[in-house]
Amino acid sequence: MTVLGVALLALCTLVGVFLGDLLGILLGVKANVGGVGIAMMLLIAARIWLMRHDRLGHATKLGVEFWASMYIPIVVAMAAQQNVVAAVSGGPIVIIAAVGSVLLCFAATALLGRIGGRPARDGAEAEPAATVIAGDVEAPSPVRPTTAGGR
Amino acid sequence: MLHMLEHVFVEQSLVAAFAVIGGLMLVSNVIGKRLTGGRVHGSAIAIVLGLVLAYLGGLATGGKHGLADIPALAGIGLMGGAMLRDFAIVATAFEVDVIEARRAGLLGVVALALGTVLPFLVGTLTAVAFGYHDAVSITTIGAGAITYIVGPVTGAALGADSTVMALSIATGVTKAVMVMVGTPLVARLIGLDNPRSAMAYGGLMGTVSGVAGGLAATDPKLVPYGALTATFHTGIGCLVGPSLLFLAVRALVG
Repeated sequence: MTVLGVALLALCTLVGVFLGDLLGILLGVKANVGGVGIAMMLLIAARIWLMRHDRLGHATKLGVEFWASMYIPIVVAMAAQQNVVAAVSGGPIVIIAAVGSVLLCFAATALLGRIGGRPARDGAEAEPAATVIAGDVEAPSPVRPTTAGGR
Repeated sequence: MLHMLEHVFVEQSLVAAFAVIGGLMLVSNVIGKRLTGGRVHGSAIAIVLGLVLAYLGGLATGGKHGLADIPALAGIGLMGGAMLRDFAIVATAFEVDVIEARRAGLLGVVALALGTVLPFLVGTLTAVAFGYHDAVSITTIGAGAITYIVGPVTGAALGADSTVMALSIATGVTKAVMVMVGTPLVARLIGLDNPRSAMAYGGLMGTVSGVAGGLAATDPKLVPYGALTATFHTGIGCLVGPSLLFLAVRALVG
């Protein structure tokens, strides 16, 4: 049943967010600490368990994958409700602090990504996810210019 | 007639949001394919269009939630709100390559630490350069450079001035927008094309909305890896902002 996949996803999210809140209280923070990250790990564990016991049906998978494929539209909706006016009208201090930290972090990403070398194997295993998350219903085209390939 | 149509949109807010966002994505994909020859990802265009619409919506209504402040488009607030966003992010974890994620674990921790300290340094130095001298204001603006949630949480904990809080939030929002728009542009340059660097990127950039949008526009395959580390970022920032970082700033400026 498809709803089982959705329910599994919901359960993982609820437990993860709850644990994130709990972790926040334990640390004395007024915020959720890694709730979504914990939920993601729970879902990964659930998937491995289900696969090992051969209980991961097509419908269950569909229930989760539908939401994964809705991810980009949801992000677009998220972008459409940002307080862009405040961001634009914040003045030089806001622009300098934001641009400076973003550039510095981009540079650090380049640095950290290179430490320890490039991964030996390509993410072939993760490949199906690309089409799921991208929300492509059609078969993936052989040429995908936007994915930085050519390694 | 128009009034009836608006009534339907208000009543069916989430359904209307699905239709509107779907239309926006369709237009963006066509623009990406036809006008840029596939060089720019349709989702990158959709996100930028979303931000532009948010700006116009904000100007039109004077509200804080962009397009979602227009009553007929209020469903966008629900569709793109934290609840469904987190739900969809968790769903992307379903296809994570466990071995890859585990191998990059330590890298993620290092990235999280750097991603908290580096923006904070830039934020505090900017605050000092613009004439702020008290530890509370400097820390609050610095925390805003971490994410737009860390800023106000830190400011509230320290009792910062409301204009400083507004600056702090604006810094965080600008950062998120910059990350969304900038990531696809610099992805190739910074080697953002594998799960490893995506995890480092998520920890460094921190802002979940920025990372979510930036990776979606760059390469959807990398989304779960970046999101995995990014979701820890705000919590850690809220933890060290009003405590460790504030004490460090106070020790320096007195």
